[in-house]
This record gives sequence, structure tokens and C-alpha cells, in this order.
Amino acid sequence: MASQNGSRGKTSEVQSRLASLDSPHPTFADAKATFPRKGGRSAHSPLNLWMHDAEIAQPLRSVMTGTEAPSTPADEGPGRPILKMTGVSKQFPGVRALDGVDLEIAEGEIHALLGENGAGKSTLLKILSGAQSADKGRIELFGDEVRFESPHDAQRAGVVTIYQEFTLAPDMSIAENVFIGREPGSRLLVSWKRLAADTRAITDKIGLRRDPMTLVRDLSVAEQQLVEIARALSMRSRVIVMDEPTSALSEAEVANLATIVRKLRSEGISIIFVTHRLEEVFRLCDRYTVLRDGRLVGAGIVAATNVDAIIRMMVGRDVDALYGSRPIPEPGPIALEVKGLTRRRTAQDPHAIELIDVSLRLHHGEILGLAGLVGAGRTETARAIFGADRFDQGSIIVEGQPVSFTCPQDAMNCGIGLVPEDRKKQALFLRLAIRTNVTIAAHDQISRLGFFIDERKENKLVEQYRRLLSIRMASPDQAAGNLSGGNQQKVVLARWLALRPKILIVDEPTRGIDIGSKVEVHNLLVEMAKTGIAVLVISSELPEILAISDRIVTMREGRITGEISRTDATQENLMAMMTLHETPANAGPKIN
Amino acid sequence: MSDSKALAQGEDKGFDFFGFVARFAPLIFLVALMILFALLQPRFLSSINLFNVMRQVSITGLLAIGMTFVILTAGIDLSIGSLVAFAGLVAAAVAKGGLQDRFTVGEGGIGYGWGLAALAAIAVGLIGGYIQGLAITRLKVPPFVVTLGGMSAFRGAALLFAAGGPISGFEPSFTWWGQGKIGPADLAVPVPVIIFLAAAALAHVALRYTRYGRKVYAVGGNPEAARLSGLNVNRMICSVYVIMGFFAGLGAFVLSARLNSAEAVAGTGYELTVIASVVIGGTSLFGGSGTIFGTVIGSILIGVLLNGLVLMNVSSYIQQIVIGIIIVLAVAFDTFAKSRRRRI
Repeated sequence: MASQNGSRGKTSEVQSRLASLDSPHPTFADAKATFPRKGGRSAHSPLNLWMHDAEIAQPLRSVMTGTEAPSTPADEGPGRPILKMTGVSKQFPGVRALDGVDLEIAEGEIHALLGENGAGKSTLLKILSGAQSADKGRIELFGDEVRFESPHDAQRAGVVTIYQEFTLAPDMSIAENVFIGREPGSRLLVSWKRLAADTRAITDKIGLRRDPMTLVRDLSVAEQQLVEIARALSMRSRVIVMDEPTSALSEAEVANLATIVRKLRSEGISIIFVTHRLEEVFRLCDRYTVLRDGRLVGAGIVAATNVDAIIRMMVGRDVDALYGSRPIPEPGPIALEVKGLTRRRTAQDPHAIELIDVSLRLHHGEILGLAGLVGAGRTETARAIFGADRFDQGSIIVEGQPVSFTCPQDAMNCGIGLVPEDRKKQALFLRLAIRTNVTIAAHDQISRLGFFIDERKENKLVEQYRRLLSIRMASPDQAAGNLSGGNQQKVVLARWLALRPKILIVDEPTRGIDIGSKVEVHNLLVEMAKTGIAVLVISSELPEILAISDRIVTMREGRITGEISRTDATQENLMAMMTLHETPANAGPKIN
Repeated sequence: MSDSKALAQGEDKGFDFFGFVARFAPLIFLVALMILFALLQPRFLSSINLFNVMRQVSITGLLAIGMTFVILTAGIDLSIGSLVAFAGLVAAAVAKGGLQDRFTVGEGGIGYGWGLAALAAIAVGLIGGYIQGLAITRLKVPPFVVTLGGMSAFRGAALLFAAGGPISGFEPSFTWWGQGKIGPADLAVPVPVIIFLAAAALAHVALRYTRYGRKVYAVGGNPEAARLSGLNVNRMICSVYVIMGFFAGLGAFVLSARLNSAEAVAGTGYELTVIASVVIGGTSLFGGSGTIFGTVIGSILIGVLLNGLVLMNVSSYIQQIVIGIIIVLAVAFDTFAKSRRRRI
């Protein structure tokens, strides 16, 4: 495919195929104007730019109020299937990532792939793109069984994946990125003229009006995404997989992308669209597939379902019976107050997650759950509070005193601790001894003459927390990396408990640890709160949030979207608060 | 990590033969090499030759101690050879009371004595290391690049300072630090060897038993985790280059004393020998793991290897080839041993 005859014949083909696209320069207005269907009323609010069909918008609104969804048949019905995955399974050590999943994509459809974090979407995409291989199952493309051994195989077969993190070379031009490895020209020399012309033929059609020789570095995130799409088109792809394409885009950019995606659909290209924003599913997608815990839980026509049904499919499981219900304690005095925390993207870090006017209040003795999907800004909020990341505006008040932290040490001096999201990368020293890991922040307590480590005091401290947290280890000299995930997390908790914090922020406390240890960690957090520690728990797992929080605050795209007491919270209304712009009417009263 | 930790780690899986060999590989290799040379060349085992090896080892060994701190933080310092030359010249000039009579032995002259000379050399080393540490942490330039620049800049400074010629002929009280011996006549230990071993003992205590040492391992093992645990990572990283500078200054003083001369081309190629000693001693170039004990063994190993090759009349060119191959093999072995251990 990367050979020269392939790229020679391509120019005309790409051009001819793209020539049929109606508007050469889709604009902001196109999102509303280009695709009026059945004379439907177009949505005009800027928030409803995705809305191309008020009849589809209607069920969205009605389901939120619990009324019956009117049945809107899919416009053309699905075309002939071009991609079919059947019985795909994938086992990772300790986790069954996919278990007999089917996925069928029709020609010229936009197919939403949905699921919670960890539902198996990413694994399925990796298998489809050739980055990983399935243990079981078959993939059929145009009725023939295919095996993708590498991303190159998949691209050659016409399946191109555009990941959230772009794979562009920032210091190369648009044209070079689009035709990387397939540059037109002779065997040895690249024809820059044709490279530019071929690139322009594609980019013009998708509304990227930039000189093909512009460096990718100088493009906005949305423009870079268009370069990725141009590259996919240049490969004559039939299926384009887009992994959360809208997560880093502004509303206007999202509208533009929607226009382009619909144009591709009218070209007969199929799009697999992964998103956490359910509105987009209803405004843009034709069919959906929902995964949960590695299994297929639902698939069908978008127009024939509603938000509630999809949310129910996504969360599905019942709150674990392992957690008993626990009375909500009387909140103590305010330990931490965050007001108007705002953090903007910078030129150096255009992909950073923004925080917009984040305010919250944390009391002594309570567990506040911070819920949201990946990328909602929960971790960023925690790191900003802890002094690990800078922020632009806002104030942090600890026990009534305004504070300003320039580094984690400052926050620790004020009695704040943070158990970070990724224990292996951000918390543990895997090759160092357990006792080093436990005591690294508590040297003041175990030193002699302020200079030496008193190993007797150190061992006593480690032993104390080994018992308290029942950490199972052979010896405190064992390397932390040899412990199980649950025990590793306890080591991190021990490090912070040894400092006797007043406020403890715990980010994804039970990610990747077994169910037994999960319950132990949860009980520990509850015990900590009972002693008066203010605990802020961040978790992507709704059952976890529901099990241990006294109060829950939800975030979406860097903003706080709601607050709810545990007694009023359900997985369904939390999921709605995390994924929808507007809070559903039945989300329960706001407290505090 | 210390040996006791390794043993404890072994306990929970029964005796881990491979882990044992991996940990003591440098020592096992050293003993094997000594037996080989002793069989091939009986002169090798004479006490004169062995002390000679140790004396040769002691200066690169001093530098290797400092380098261990640097490499434990996943850093590197290529500038040490040049810094040694510069610091040695400054020490020499102080000992001679200036650059005027650079070739005359300063009997009753106007020199400032060995004490001030040693302090001057160490001060030059500390300042040189501090500047590089600042550049690494404040300007966020990788250590490799900063110290590559330092390698050139300090050599230039040395050449400029020396104005082309060596400074030689010191008082006996100065040269004693490089040439003197302590102990009974036939078992007298060279002074540089004592300095080297004393410094090694101190560094071992610092890394193993102090808060500072713990932080060095932590910063090298996982800088992000160290930062989130409240450590001032930049200050720690800067400090290891200052320590490296201290040992460069001390090494420069001892080298000048041993050679009874200081010149601008002194210490050329030291960075290679020193980094090789540390790496062969089992310190990971990725930071967070390694010991002073290993570094001492690694330094002696290289000294023995060179000495044995000289005794067997192997050309010095071939010696360089051998050293090069051994460095690569040592790192390959380390990587292999690690992947092995992780799989168990």
C-alpha cells in the first residue's frame, strides 16, 4: 500500500470521491443548515448545534421527564454490513477485558460505541485497529474474514483509527503528515508539488483551509483532528474509528466536526464514534452498541431508544451487596473550601483538561465523592488543591485560612494529603523497600539528630500501620513492587496516615485491585472519616462512589454539574449528571 | 538497595539463585578475574602490585563515589575529567602561592600550604557542580547536555588558567597526600587508598542510614512520586551534582599530589572509567538502585583488569576496546537480570 503505484493512482480517486461532497467549506452555519431532514425544524440554540433533526431531539427531552419516546424510524435504515465482529474475547492477566462481543457496522452509518470507563471499548478498538489481537472471535470485512496483525494491516484493509491522543508529527507539515510513508513521487524523491496538491484536494473538502505546508504544531486541536481525518481519507478508508473525538473541542468545533462526519457518511464511509457525551449520540449517530464489563449489553437504532435506556445499559449492575448502608454523619466544621478554581489550557499544553469555576466544600468527618467520567477534571481539581499543578484563578481555604501552595510540601504542611490516581507511576517507589515507601514523607518522625534514619523507630512505625491496615507482606524490606495491588494501595495510604492528615484526597482508591481489598480500603476510608479526617474520594466507579460517600459532587468537562446526597443518588441520576448538560428533573434536591 | 534487603526479598520465594548471582555478579567476576591473572602472571599477586592497583584505583574510585549519587538520580556527569584538571590547577597554584615559579619546588617559598590548596580544589569542584546542578534543574536541560557543555567549558578554563604549561614541584607535605604511606614498611597502605576507602565508608553511611540517602533513592526511583510525597526534587537533583563536584575537587587534590604536578590535560577520559565503574558495580543508569559497595567493587574490577592487561603486555589500545565491551556487557547483564527477576 505504501508503494508508489498505490499513491499514484490515488490522487484522482481521492479527488473524484471528494468532489461529490456538496459544500466545499462547511462552516459553523452548515451544522444547522446543510442537513435539514424531512423539513424538520432546526435547533438554533448554540448548545444544540448537533441537533439536525428536532424529531430526534424530542425523545431526548421527553425521556428525561419520563414520558414515552415517540418511535422515529431510522431515515434510510442501515445499509449493507461492511464490518462484522463476532464473539470477540480478550483476556488480560486477572481481567477479562472482552467476553464474546459482537459489533456490526453498516455501510455509511455513524455508529456509537458506548460504555463506562473500563467497559472494554478501548480494547475492542485496539483489536479493530490491529494494535492488539483478540484471543477469540472473528472479524469480517465485506464478508471476508480478516486478521489484523498490526495497525498497518488494518489501515490497508480500510479501517483507520483516530485516537484521542493524535499521532501526528508536530514539526512536519500538514501534507507530510497526511501522506506520511506514502508520499507521491518517484522511488527516491518526493514530489512536493503533487504532495501539496493531493493534500489540498482532501483538506479543502473537509474544511481545513490551511496551506498544506503549514506545520502541524501551528494548528489548533480541532485542525489537527482534521489532519487526522484527512490522513484517514487519503488511505481510502471505509471505516473510520474516532475515539472521543469531541472531548477536546469547543462547541463550534464540535459542530464543524459533525458536519464533516455526516458528509463522510453520505460518501458511504462508516464511522465508529466513541463518546461520553450522550447528547451527541442522539444528535449524530444512527445506531449504537453498549458494552459493560467486557460484554455486549445492547445494540440497536438510536432513534428507537432513549437516554434512560442507554444509561441503564451502561451502568447495569446493582450496587455491590457487600456494602451495608451506613448512616450519614453530622457534618463537622468546614475543613476545605475551594472557590472558583479555574485553569486554562496553555499553548505548551493544548490538550490539558481545563477547570472552569470549580467550587466545593469539604467538612471534617465526611466523605465527599467526586464523580465524573475520565477527563471531567476530577484529578486536575485534586492536583490543583494539593499544589501539584498550577491554576489560574480561584482560592483555597483550609479551616478558614486562605492558603496558597506552590508545591505539594506546602499542602502537606497544612495537613493535606493526596493518594494519586496511578499508584505505580505517581505514588510508589516500586524497587525500594516497603518501609522506605511508607516513611518517605514522615522522616521527621523517625530521625535521629535530625539527620540519620533511626531504623528501630522506622520499623515500629511501619509495623504500626501494617497492623492497622493489615498489609500482607513478608518483611518491611521487601520491594513494594512485589506486593499485590491492594497491598500496594495500603502502603500508599499508610504513608499518608502516618502524617496524620486533616484532609485526605484519594484519587481512584481501588483501581485495579481485587474485590476483597476494595472493601477493606473502603472500610478504611470510612474509619478515617470517623476520626474527623475530611476525605475527598475521586472514583470512576459509581458503585464505589455510592457505597462510601456521604455527599456526591459531579463534574463534567471541567465544571461542577451537580451535588446530591447519597440517600438521593442512584447510578442512573449520577450518570445523567455526569453526561448531560442539564440535570434531569428527578436528580433529587440540591443540598448544602 | 542494601544486601539485607536483597536477602529478605529472597526469603519469601525460597533461595533465588539467579537473584543471588545477579546481586553479587561484580564481586564474583572480580574474584574470577583475579584468579585468572594470578594463574597467568604470578607477579600479579605480589603485595607491591596489589597496592599499586589500589592506588591507581583510588582516584577514579573517589570520583565514582560521587558519580554513584548522580547516577542514582538517573543523571550523568560527563564533566568530571575537565573539572578535575581545573580544580587540580587551582590547588597547585594555591600551593605554589601563584603561577610565577611554577617549576620550582617551593621550599620556604610563599605558598599557602596543602590545607588551603585542598580547600581551593574542593571549592572549585563544589562551585562547578552547583552551576551544573542549577542548569539542570532551573533551565531544565538534560544532565547529559549540561555536563557535556561542562566538559568543554571546564577544560577550556583549565587551559586558560594554566596558560599552556603544567605546574609542578610541591612541598613534601602536599605530595604526601598522593605518594605517602601509612603502616609498617612491608604492609604500608598508600594514603590515597585510605582516603578512598574512608570516603566510601562515609558515602555508604550517607546513602544507607540518613534521610538524605533515602531521598536520593526516592528521587531516582520515581521523581513524580517523590514530588507528590513532598520532596523538593529539584533541590535533591542539584545536590548530587554538588556532591559529585566535591569528589572531583578531592580527587583533583590527591591526583596533583600523587603526580607532584597539575596540568590542563589531566583527567582526560576519566568520565568513561568512572561511569563504567559505577555501572559495572550494579548501579542502574535508570536511577533508584545501586550501592557504594558495588561501586567500590566496580572500581577495583576495572583497576585489576587494566593492571592485569598491562602485566600481560597487552597494548593500551586493546585495553580501551576491552573496557568498552565490558561496559556494554555489564549493562546488558543488568537489564537481563532485571527482566528475569520481574518474571519470577
